[in-house]
Amino acid sequence: MNVLEFTALVWLGSLVAGLLGSLTGLGGGVVLVPLLTLFFKVDIRYAIGASLVSVIATSSGAAAAYVKEGFSNIRIGMFLEIATTLGALMGAFLATVVPINALAVIFGVVLVYSAYLSRKPRSKLERQLPPDPLATRLGLNGSFPDPEEGIRSYNVQHVPAGFTLMFGAGALSGLLGIGSGAVKVLAMDQAMKIPFKVSTTTSNFMIGVTAAASAGVYLSRGYIDPGLAMPVMLGVLAGSLVGSRILIQAETKWLRLVFSLVIVLLGLEMLYKGLAGRI
Amino acid sequence: MAANRSWADRNWTDQKMEDVIGNLLRAGVSLSALVVFVGGCIYLARHGHEPADYRVFHGEPSDLRSVIGVLRQVFSRRGRGVIQLGLLLLIATPVVRVAFSVWGFAEEQDRMYVAFTLIVLTILLYSLLGAGSAL
Repeated sequence: MNVLEFTALVWLGSLVAGLLGSLTGLGGGVVLVPLLTLFFKVDIRYAIGASLVSVIATSSGAAAAYVKEGFSNIRIGMFLEIATTLGALMGAFLATVVPINALAVIFGVVLVYSAYLSRKPRSKLERQLPPDPLATRLGLNGSFPDPEEGIRSYNVQHVPAGFTLMFGAGALSGLLGIGSGAVKVLAMDQAMKIPFKVSTTTSNFMIGVTAAASAGVYLSRGYIDPGLAMPVMLGVLAGSLVGSRILIQAETKWLRLVFSLVIVLLGLEMLYKGLAGRI
Repeated sequence: MAANRSWADRNWTDQKMEDVIGNLLRAGVSLSALVVFVGGCIYLARHGHEPADYRVFHGEPSDLRSVIGVLRQVFSRRGRGVIQLGLLLLIATPVVRVAFSVWGFAEEQDRMYVAFTLIVLTILLYSLLGAGSAL
């Protein structure tokens, strides 16, 4: 395969990943690394570098739209970014010392787990929680426009638990070059009891900053190859832009199911290859 | 302190900050995608027919690992250097967003959040500028 063919195929694959990721809300980043390593036989370190770059592109692109709708809470985002950027820095340093087979195994586990998280029914929203003193001191409580009830306010809970989970989300992001949006939403939605819509949009807002923290380390270690990152970034960006414009509500349920299955299969394949030492 | 100001007031400034941040992110992503595309065209026109091989990890040459090195490559009109410049612009976009938030929170006289934002900015700048030379 020459560079031109390789670039075209990687661009196309990334376009599909970005499109599906945006249509299903599961993010395209998680399937990029398995796609590049399993099908295009790219070394996992180059794959992680290219994936991380594309994560910054899609997150910033999507956040630009969300932030204007007034759903995301920039204070929650900024406060938790202290945890995610520190975690990302640690994860990126770890990525340079962890053997690549172990990276593949961790990646496989994360893929299977995030597919599980996306299938799990959302817990019923607890309304009218009392204000938590720490959250109030930090000015995290907020409100958002609800189509049914007008402006709805919420009180953030369990700040230390959320902060710790966010550190973990950042470390995973830095280690594997993914957005780890699933873990971020878990921390905000489940632990901190932030309304789902606010959690997802704020998480998206944070992913770019988190990824930028590990990108510097990746760049200086030579993980970011321009020839590979170019089609990946342009493909994922184009795919997610198209995806955000076509909203086929009826099909999304099936699409989510199929995409989750694909993620599980890719995860098992990564696990197998990593354990067999053939990555 | 923000707590002393009325909620409506604070929300208005937050909203304004969010608008600017939205525009900033969009501009950063568009600009970097354009630069990456231009660099990609140069790279493909020159090296499109060479064999592609990413099976073995070599790490990038030192010029593609640092801001100064990338600029050197751009000035000698290397396609890969131009792509890398676009990627640097992309990485810089969230950093600029955070830097802008420092100003935004300062405008609201929210000292606690100015401090939080400065911590995040320091971590980002350390990763971009310091982490490479420290190792």
